[in-house]
Amino acid sequence: MSGSGTEAPDVKPGRLEKGAYQNVFDDIAPPLSAREALIEAARCHFCYDAPCVEACPTGIDIPSFIGKIRTGNLKGSAIDILSANIFGGTCARVCPVEELCEEACVRTAGENKPVKIGMLQRHAVDALMAAGPQPFTRGPESGRTVAVVGAGPAGLACAHRLAMLGQKVDVYEARSRSGGLNEHGIAAYKVPDAFAQREVAWLMGIGGIAIHHNKALGRDVTLAELRKRYPAVFLGVGLQSTQKLGLADEALDGVEDAVAYIERLRQAKDLGTLPVGRRVVVIGGGNTAIDIAIQSKRLGAEDVTIAYRRGPSQMGATDHEQHLAQIEGVRIRHWVATTRLIGWKGRVKEIELAYTRLDEAGKLVLTEARTTLLADTVFKAIGQTLVADPFNADAREPLAVKNGKLVVNDERETSLAGVYAGGDCTATGTDLTVRAVEDGKRAAIAIDRRLRA
Amino acid sequence: MADLRSTIAGVKSPNPFWLASAPPTDKEYNVVRAFKAGWGGVVWKTLGEDPPIVNTCSRYGAMSLNGQRMVGFNNIELITDRPLDVNLQEIKRVKRDWPDRAMIVSLMVPCEERNWKAILKRVEETDADGIELNFGCPHGMSERGMGAAVGQVPEYIEMVTRWCKQHSRMPVFVKLTPNVTNILGPARAAKVGGGDAVSLINTINSIMAVNLDSMSPEPEVDGKGSHGGYCGPAVKPIALHMVAEIARDAETRGLPISGIGGISTWRDAAEFIALGSGSVQVCTAAMHKGFKIVEDMIDGLANWMDTKGYRTLSDFQGRAVGNVSDWKFLNMNYKTVAAIDQAACIKCGLCYIACEDTSHQAISKARDNGTRRYQVIEEECVGCNLCMHVCPVDHCITMKRVDRGLPHVGWVDDPRNPQRRQAAN
Repeated sequence: MSGSGTEAPDVKPGRLEKGAYQNVFDDIAPPLSAREALIEAARCHFCYDAPCVEACPTGIDIPSFIGKIRTGNLKGSAIDILSANIFGGTCARVCPVEELCEEACVRTAGENKPVKIGMLQRHAVDALMAAGPQPFTRGPESGRTVAVVGAGPAGLACAHRLAMLGQKVDVYEARSRSGGLNEHGIAAYKVPDAFAQREVAWLMGIGGIAIHHNKALGRDVTLAELRKRYPAVFLGVGLQSTQKLGLADEALDGVEDAVAYIERLRQAKDLGTLPVGRRVVVIGGGNTAIDIAIQSKRLGAEDVTIAYRRGPSQMGATDHEQHLAQIEGVRIRHWVATTRLIGWKGRVKEIELAYTRLDEAGKLVLTEARTTLLADTVFKAIGQTLVADPFNADAREPLAVKNGKLVVNDERETSLAGVYAGGDCTATGTDLTVRAVEDGKRAAIAIDRRLRA
Repeated sequence: MADLRSTIAGVKSPNPFWLASAPPTDKEYNVVRAFKAGWGGVVWKTLGEDPPIVNTCSRYGAMSLNGQRMVGFNNIELITDRPLDVNLQEIKRVKRDWPDRAMIVSLMVPCEERNWKAILKRVEETDADGIELNFGCPHGMSERGMGAAVGQVPEYIEMVTRWCKQHSRMPVFVKLTPNVTNILGPARAAKVGGGDAVSLINTINSIMAVNLDSMSPEPEVDGKGSHGGYCGPAVKPIALHMVAEIARDAETRGLPISGIGGISTWRDAAEFIALGSGSVQVCTAAMHKGFKIVEDMIDGLANWMDTKGYRTLSDFQGRAVGNVSDWKFLNMNYKTVAAIDQAACIKCGLCYIACEDTSHQAISKARDNGTRRYQVIEEECVGCNLCMHVCPVDHCITMKRVDRGLPHVGWVDDPRNPQRRQAAN
């Protein structure tokens, strides 16, 4: 650390050779070949009451779809997947399968080597998507139109299911592009080749869904208005605000919101124009922390450190993701909490960390010991919160919120009759794409039932 | 180390592993490679009369199962397509260079005494150790009145075998076709005709697959196909049964047997030998993986024999024959029930659904704090052991004997049998 205090912060675009950007976010897990898929599919025991199905938030009939891969019935296989989860393509790429279906796979118990369910799912869905349009048809027209707010996985899963059930859907999306976190938040190397956009375009093929872009709830439309115009409303608005560290100097240049940076990265036409710090410190322990760390490394950051205040087993990021980060050359420092951001001419230069430990009561406490890391960029990846204001424009009928999330019942209905919600803005489980899809699907079924009652 | 030397019908070989009459034994080049690899003997690919036959293209069909290639295999290739002289010269040379290996010559000529007499004389000049009469080839040659067309008629088998014994000093192996309703007819005929040994099984009539695009059977020859001869690992159970029937039949008992049919490993070979075979013949496994497979066959068999205390092949040859019985003599008082080792169980539920859907509803399912638990309902279990077979974990489900203190009673004597034998007074 001899350079401390003497070097100017080093943040600049174009750290890689010009040609290197083309492959920098290539598929991190390339697809199975047809032969590999057959061999892998043959490993599935076709369990009865299969534990993997129970572990899937969308309840995909996994033994069935894998059995169909085995017989060469790829279309039937993909339809098994997509009828439970229309975002089967994205989920195959981003699901933490090692904590869901593959953890439950009986081959995990037997030999600690699960069937590669995620890879097989991708094999089947990719084949169907390459072969043509989405395979479902609209049910008989009901004559009704439902409003969906947010064109992310929850909103579009809801819209697609409603379309299957014969309802028309108006989707209101704050951004200029659809896809939500699939398009703006997921690490680029998990969904390369504009997959998120292709998937949205493909699922829209069912018809009867109109997406209105640049229409933000609370700014361009209000919930009260939507409730007047539509017989039912689904909110899949996600989370909007990044949590604060609560430190002085948090406004220094170079202290960035990881989610916002990833969004810029995902939408960048030329990755060579993105400024990248030479030494990057990421604060946080979730998958977003891993995503920003790996992407920074791949964009040419020399030294990337994740600083997390607890130990490996408490990290929100899965073991698989932590492992991946380390393979990519990211250093993960556990049991350190940020105490100070040190600036130089208005830019962050250094970060001070306190060593942490658990006290007798199991509470996290800071010790006296401190260390510092040079940091040209500091990414905050410590979670997002719901901005509830737009929902509450009509003070007489506020939406119930608990622990910063919208409260919903099993059918994903909020405290307001006819208003449903799902995805990250609700607390129905983990903050996964697959859960958002399930929320949207369930809400759609409940909405349809309600409208036909 | 166990002694693997084998003698069958007077033919000696350093080990019991022979290559069957087939493409791998069609010419000197291949056979010399086989002997260098360690094979104990060969049955040279069937010789016929000149002009040599002509083969089609393609010739083979195969069945894969879950990524495992060549579980079953078939062919529509005929006998050797090379001139008789060339084959005979090579056989003579190979036998001269490899005197310790068994050299059997497979033959197939029209069913006339003079034809057989003529070719036998020529083969004898090669110093081969024996001949094998190809009465089994089920395709092509059978349409010309040879191969299986002879092997399916016991009278022809007996007749040709007798000619061969009359006109040759060489031991005669009669190769049998499985494409008959009862293997004992042909086997008995071979013995009555004076045959020194039988070789079985030859290949089984088969269509390997139908190409669903061209609607042609496979193997396909310009959009059409004809039945071929089926072999490979999948035919082993059929072969074991036929070998056992000959080994335990009162009329054919003691007739030397060269076992053939899906033998791929030393274990397969040991099973054939336990059912009475004096040598075994291999083809598909070698065509799949090359001649090197014999190394494991040799030391695998020897190591197993060492663990069992068998010094020579004859120490266990035929040991299983006495345990092959008729159903009516099986012990009706023998009772087993399935037991699931809960620690080994991976909760796949296959035992449950197999029993529930297709058998006796003798396995219960429950959740134990969310964890699946499958358990045998012993009162309902008939001991069929389907669950044991479907279980993907070795030794997780076993069949436990329930000792009821009852004597061995076969159906012939079972009180529940209305036609039971009455005890002699």
